[in-house]
Amino acid sequence: MSQAANGQRADGSRSLRLSKLTKEFAAFTAVKSLDLEVPAGSFFALLGPSGCGKTTTLRMVAGLETPTSGSIHLGDLDVTYEKPYRRPVNTVFQNYALFPHLDIYENVAFGLRRRGGKEVDRQVREMLDLVELTTQARKKPPQLSGGQQQRVALARALINRPDVLLLDEPLGALDLKLRRSMQLEIKRIQTEVGLTFVHVTHDQEEAMTMADTIAVMNAGVIEQMGSPDELYENPRTTFVANFLGQSNLIAGTIVGRDGDVVKVDMEGTVVSIPAERAHADAGKGWVGIRPEKVLIAPAGEPINAPGNHMTGGVVTDVSFVGVSTQYLVRMPWGQELMVFEQNTGHRAMLAPGTHVDVSWRPEFAFLLDASQDVNAGIEEA
Amino acid sequence: MAAVETSAPPGPTTPAQPGRRKLTGYWLLLPGALWLGVFFVIPFYSLLATSLYDPKGSVLGGYDVTFHLANFVDAIRDNADVLVRSLWYAGLATLFCLLLGYVLAYAIAFKAGRWRNLLLVLVIAPFFTSFLVRTLSWKLILADDGFVVNTLQTLHLMGDNDRLLATPVAVIAGLTYNFLPFMVLPLYASLEKIDHRLIEAAGDLYASPVRAWFKVTWPLSLPGVVAGTLLTFIPAAGDYINASLLGSPNQRMVGNVIQNLFSATGDYAAAGALSVILLTIIIGLVLIYVRTAGTEDLV
Repeated sequence: MSQAANGQRADGSRSLRLSKLTKEFAAFTAVKSLDLEVPAGSFFALLGPSGCGKTTTLRMVAGLETPTSGSIHLGDLDVTYEKPYRRPVNTVFQNYALFPHLDIYENVAFGLRRRGGKEVDRQVREMLDLVELTTQARKKPPQLSGGQQQRVALARALINRPDVLLLDEPLGALDLKLRRSMQLEIKRIQTEVGLTFVHVTHDQEEAMTMADTIAVMNAGVIEQMGSPDELYENPRTTFVANFLGQSNLIAGTIVGRDGDVVKVDMEGTVVSIPAERAHADAGKGWVGIRPEKVLIAPAGEPINAPGNHMTGGVVTDVSFVGVSTQYLVRMPWGQELMVFEQNTGHRAMLAPGTHVDVSWRPEFAFLLDASQDVNAGIEEA
Repeated sequence: MAAVETSAPPGPTTPAQPGRRKLTGYWLLLPGALWLGVFFVIPFYSLLATSLYDPKGSVLGGYDVTFHLANFVDAIRDNADVLVRSLWYAGLATLFCLLLGYVLAYAIAFKAGRWRNLLLVLVIAPFFTSFLVRTLSWKLILADDGFVVNTLQTLHLMGDNDRLLATPVAVIAGLTYNFLPFMVLPLYASLEKIDHRLIEAAGDLYASPVRAWFKVTWPLSLPGVVAGTLLTFIPAAGDYINASLLGSPNQRMVGNVIQNLFSATGDYAAAGALSVILLTIIIGLVLIYVRTAGTEDLV
């Protein structure tokens, strides 16, 4: 999988590079000076709430919107102002946009026929095989189920072997179970064909399941970019911390750096946070910890998590969800912390009203700048 | 029917409902059926009977129903040229309506934005004045000393003694003008329904705007094209106002002949036979056309 200097791989797939890409509509700026590089052959997700500019970005790459400024490159090729039908880019549309007057076979063949491709029949049959729709070739789109239509849309775009395949909320119309299986299906196909996929979604679980790299977008800018586990374990902003999964964010005052850790005074308890996970230097900060990283025990009992130990909590709410039990614990300073405990069965569930201690390993915590809205990214998720 | 029944809301009255629903349907059909019975089936029967009268009868002496099929042979022999001309004029007018109407309907459906409703009202606006008055004004527009003829003569596109009035051009122009709204409205209804994302998808799949139109927009607008051409062609083929006001006897259409036979000559049998022939030809053409267009396949 070595990549040539011009961003084009041997199999024809190219990298996608957006530089200072901006799109202004009459009243507002949908995308603000976006810089982004998607390596050839990767599965890239643009994740964000509705209205964050992710779909506008995708439409600019497809050529369906003209950027106000900035540039779009495929490998070395500048396609910023190229007409959509001349770009080596194909899209899987949100509502599929299958041609209702053509059968499945002709829908899939559409792109090849427009380009006067050779061996159309062989390629269409191979593609229908890949998405397991060979027996449906002569049906019209409305005769297929949602999941089948989705696969037709995918096949219709993939058959052209685009440099970059764009997926615009491709699974939004499917029910949860079908969505899960299609996520794995699309991931399998991407691995098989090795093309560059750019996937736009507001579903953080979908993005984490499928993508190698995720860019979290909010209000027209990219908040953070990285692999799913990087984003989840070490978010840089409150928006990412809340939008990707859930976080406890606790106000604290930064005491100072001590070797590899940053000490923070959190409501009277000094906790330490690894320096590479601290995204604030001085003054106030938000100490973040994921609910499943917080361990819980009845007051006074030992907790197997040497580090940031907190006493004086009271369980206020318990919900049992099968694989885990989710507690809300009111701390002495009034804040309720979320604690998710695996159902290993080593102890009975704690009843509401139980006095508890909580603790977490310092290496799991993160520190965010206090100037940010602590609730950013919660509503939209 | 199954869909109607399954959509019935469950409740205590459910057992009684399917029967009552079916009856409701028939009750709703009744007024229309009565209207058609009195004003279509009976006159149609009367027309058929008239077409078979003995031509030797007269209004004064009365007619005998003699199943005189020779009426049809005579009508075709006497009016073959008029029939052909009528279909030819109506066909050309329909073609021009389609060309003008498609562009107009496309612009209203896709490009008009907030002007859309105003433009639709303007399409219908001519109906607020009488058909006759509108056709008479065309007589003024195309008059020998009117500005259209004068301008064309000044530009030497027409000779000094050439006319527009009393030519096929005038009759076809009149037909095109008068029936244009019947083309535009169904075309608009069809085009307006097309999901714009399908055209985007065609562009995304390497179709230039022109090819996207041929491969996606045009096929999806076919139901409107079929409806519009039928609504234009059928009345245009039987029209007599345009030919009588804008044409000369050389541009007579079958409608003029029928009208003349009925009201001037009083030859009811020949008029009836010619009417039935026109009807048959049109039904035949429409059936062939709808089959060929294959619109039943379209969603």
